[in-house]
Amino acid sequence: MTEKKIRVLVAKPGLDGHDRGAKVIARALRDAGMEVIYTGIRQTPEMIAEAALQEDVDVVGMSILSGAHMALFPKVMELLHEYGMDDVLIVAGGIIPDEDVPALNEMGIRGIFGPGTPTDQIVEFIRENVS
Amino acid sequence: MTDELVEGVRAGKRRAIARTISLVEDCGAEAQATLAALHPHTGQAHIIGVTGPPGSGKSTLVNALALHFRKETAEGGSRTVGIIAVDPTSPFSGGAILGDRIRMRDLAGDRGIFIRSMASRGNLGGLAWATADAVKVLDAAGYDLVIVETVGAGQAEVDIARTAHTTVVVEVPGLGDDVQAIKAGILEIADVFAVNKADLEGADHAVMALRMMLDLDAGGGQTVMHHGRLMEVVTAAQQAPDKAGEVPVWRPPIHKTVATRREGIAALADAILAHRAHLEGSGSLARRERERAAAELETIIQQEALRHVLARTDRVQLAVLIDQIVQRQVDPYTASQDLMASLGLS
Repeated sequence: MTEKKIRVLVAKPGLDGHDRGAKVIARALRDAGMEVIYTGIRQTPEMIAEAALQEDVDVVGMSILSGAHMALFPKVMELLHEYGMDDVLIVAGGIIPDEDVPALNEMGIRGIFGPGTPTDQIVEFIRENVS
Repeated sequence: MTDELVEGVRAGKRRAIARTISLVEDCGAEAQATLAALHPHTGQAHIIGVTGPPGSGKSTLVNALALHFRKETAEGGSRTVGIIAVDPTSPFSGGAILGDRIRMRDLAGDRGIFIRSMASRGNLGGLAWATADAVKVLDAAGYDLVIVETVGAGQAEVDIARTAHTTVVVEVPGLGDDVQAIKAGILEIADVFAVNKADLEGADHAVMALRMMLDLDAGGGQTVMHHGRLMEVVTAAQQAPDKAGEVPVWRPPIHKTVATRREGIAALADAILAHRAHLEGSGSLARRERERAAAELETIIQQEALRHVLARTDRVQLAVLIDQIVQRQVDPYTASQDLMASLGLS
């Protein structure tokens, strides 16, 4: 019948108007056999955490270009913690300066993938790190 | 683990509901035990199916309907709504992109709504194998209404009619002629029709084509094709009142909607609730429940029987049989009979 699939929420927090990058990732994860829930642009941290909760995802991937990551990511992490979802793998991508990476890692965001990352690398990282 | 989940679902805890749905999606012994414990608590929700072609606006319509049902209305208080939205699984990679939530963003932040996206995982018929079980989870969790949105369906994806009490078939203008409307399949399962995107040209024609189809069902003929145009004719029979004492027949109403602007939604929602009332009043509900239980049991027996047969069949013997079929030495029916006979099952 069916077997366990990796479920991934691909989310666009903040006010970015473009989501081509997120769509490329969603497509690559689909082609790697994962179930990708894509919720579209302009998501609030509350919407992202709620979708992660209801969809019972193994992974949340957030893509942000606007520079608001240090404001929005902590809020998402806080809500996921509140919902008891500490076992979910969190990855991020988009435009994230190197100097912010340590702080994001500290927050529990385990993989950070900038522009030009081969999609295979992201697929590999998710497969290896999903508990 | 099972007890904790069952308790959590019964208490409406969202994390427990979400985990239980994952469990039933992935099957296994724990899923069966959980469903067994939830079964006595099901049968309360009004299950509404929404089906129609890809791009007809099903998700947007579900969004608008859910918003409407959450409001207090003259007919009754606000209702809680569980939503299961099914999208197709890739036949090549086994992966899926589930995008129905994009159109349901208005529902975010409302604790009275639970949305779950589901991949079809190779099941044909417009639903996933586990959709009916996921509906039970939301039913047992106490949602008043459970709306199931199918995969974008063409003509033959009619499984939803076996899962839902009320099936809404969404049509859009300009999809086909009046012969499309009398073909067998998806149009036959409608309890309520929504002609969505009714601001587009051809909406009235689509309504008329559906009405003509329904007239043929009723043996009437109030809508006719005349010189290539659909026209309405008022007949004496149409004006005559129903005979007293007869079991009322449900004629699927047709509602024009523009889901993006939430036009026609109240009337559509009323028709859905009226259909449920009709099912209860006419005794059809009990009959449908029984048919559904029978179909469900049959499906489970099929799966179990197949599993048993395959478990007891020697792989080599099976491979030899398949080779013989390919080489035209034996036909598949005879091969199956021989196999059954060797297991003592014929």
